[in-house]
Amino acid sequence: MSFAFYLISALTVAGALAAVLLKNLVHCALALTIAFAGLALLFLNLDAQFAGFAQILVYIGAVAILVVFAILLTRGSETPKDGEIFSRTWLAGLAVAAAVFAVLGWAVLGTAPMLPHSSPAPHVTVLQIGNALMSRYVLPLEIVAVLLTAALIGAVMVAMHEKEEKQ
Amino acid sequence: MFEWLDQVFVLLKHWLVSFLPATWQPVAGILLCVLTIICLFPALFAICVLLERKGLGRMQNRLGPNRVGPFGIFQPIADGVKSLTKEDLVPLSADALVHFMAPVVLVVVVFMGFAVLPMGRNMVLVDLDAGLLFYFAIGASTELAVFMAGWSSRNKYSLLGAMRAVAQMISYEVPLLLSSVAVVMITGSLSLSKIVEAQNHYTWGLPHWYIFTPWGFAGFLMFAIAATAETNRSPFDLPEGESELVAGYFTEYSGFKFALFFLGEYVGMLSISGLGSTLFLGGWSSPLEALNWVPSWIWFFSKLLLSIAVFIWMRGTLPRLRQDQLMNFAWKFVLPMTLLNLFVAGLWRFLGDGWERWVVCSAILIVAYILMGRVGMYREHFGPRRYRYAE
Amino acid sequence: MTPLAGFLLVAALLFSIGLAGALTRRNAILVLIGIELMLNAANLNLIAFWRYGPHPEALTGMMFAIFSIAVAAAEAAVGLGLVIAVHRHAHTTDIDLMNRMKG
Repeated sequence: MSFAFYLISALTVAGALAAVLLKNLVHCALALTIAFAGLALLFLNLDAQFAGFAQILVYIGAVAILVVFAILLTRGSETPKDGEIFSRTWLAGLAVAAAVFAVLGWAVLGTAPMLPHSSPAPHVTVLQIGNALMSRYVLPLEIVAVLLTAALIGAVMVAMHEKEEKQ
Repeated sequence: MFEWLDQVFVLLKHWLVSFLPATWQPVAGILLCVLTIICLFPALFAICVLLERKGLGRMQNRLGPNRVGPFGIFQPIADGVKSLTKEDLVPLSADALVHFMAPVVLVVVVFMGFAVLPMGRNMVLVDLDAGLLFYFAIGASTELAVFMAGWSSRNKYSLLGAMRAVAQMISYEVPLLLSSVAVVMITGSLSLSKIVEAQNHYTWGLPHWYIFTPWGFAGFLMFAIAATAETNRSPFDLPEGESELVAGYFTEYSGFKFALFFLGEYVGMLSISGLGSTLFLGGWSSPLEALNWVPSWIWFFSKLLLSIAVFIWMRGTLPRLRQDQLMNFAWKFVLPMTLLNLFVAGLWRFLGDGWERWVVCSAILIVAYILMGRVGMYREHFGPRRYRYAE
Repeated sequence: MTPLAGFLLVAALLFSIGLAGALTRRNAILVLIGIELMLNAANLNLIAFWRYGPHPEALTGMMFAIFSIAVAAAEAAVGLGLVIAVHRHAHTTDIDLMNRMKG
């Protein structure tokens, strides 16, 4: 457990908390990017260079921008009229989340002594990842390609202006 | 003699670091490099601004700045002093924290790109295995800074400029990435120093730069177009179109923060020029085998300044595009061409060493270019403008 | 505490924060943000197990995370497209008010 780990974890968790607690949705989206950046740093801390950079490229470069665009297109940066940002059933939701965290934390801490202590850092080159993607994981890769194409077309179709219906 | 000159900065770094205890040496070496980059590129920025103002002035039959110092060469210093002493205005309704963070994020992100650019033989800050991916990941974050600037200002011009800028940067990021992927396919590596090494060979005294291949030439043109749009330069400078949006997303910035945006824009231009010359123009390798004795960093920085000159030339020559033309151009012309270029690069790789691959690859690209240009013109009713006069 | 346990705890915390956000906020976009956080927490788990697992050279966990990032991007695009379409139709993104199946 290094100092860097604690620092980055604190940053990530703070970003995530701000993302779900802040009132203004644009602030939420910006806090979310902090959480994403923190996660990318955690990936780098875990010697997963490629995944970390992919995380920055996809999440900060694309998903965060998408969220921001959606917020502006739906006038989400204006607070609701009654000023209430939480749902009527927020207590139940919070209880469920707390219960999930309790179970997960109990499971992790309960098995912690059995977990491997430390292992030498695996040296993974981009070449290896490319080879794996093109040989062992080629079918998932193709499926993801089809999925992304479908999602692209689907998102455009869904978000496109509906044809003016006859009055 | 000349080998020594080539490595002068590396040797200097080792000499300076050797005064410290061994445990501190790696950190001190990195800090020294970072410090050099942070000092060097703002200096280059000042030179570029002067060059741009003088050059544009000449293109427009003006003299350009000529009051401060001989031929106005101290103009950037005067500009700097002015922007530092100006009052820093923040609009009353602005989102203070985001408004403050935007220029900081932009400048930090832009400078991080230099970490992986090889500026000479053995002169790269961190030789990442996924260097190109790092560069693009970092580059994608500038969009967020632009959005933060535009949104936090609470000004319709700022927001319009930011939305235009983000839409444009996302659209042109795709061709920028795809045109670089062709290089990665041929080199077989994402490491920028390996990409330069792969181009540092000579036949008959001429270099193996990727721009001298059909796919490399097409890829370089597409890369240059996308890079111009990414850095919001003319003819793609709609996000800050002065005649429509005052100054776009940084309308509400003044004083030092405005200077930071200005710095970010120019340093971004320098950085993407560096990437372009690394990918297609051989990075620090010399253009002729006979000139190999010239230090490698001289070549890198001459290529950098040459591309800046081209940027300035384009700004002085081309009129600004309209928003829909910009988007159509990105999605309907540049993107299909880069996809085709990927296919051609694959063909080039597997057609062997003969002359056939030159003919086949060039033919595919030229035919596609002409066809797409013609079809696009027909669809969009381009062509000679028909003037209608008032009668 | 072993490093792996630390990463797993952070992932669990992130997952719970995302879940709480998705369950308690009224805005549909915030629900999507919560789901993104949950997906990311899962990715962190995958990468952590890959790093400290017995066979990191097989790249399984890393590949899983990379594919999951790609799928999450598709999910975000379609989800936000849906939110925009619903907003255009119902003029609200408040989930408490979206209680009619009929348009």
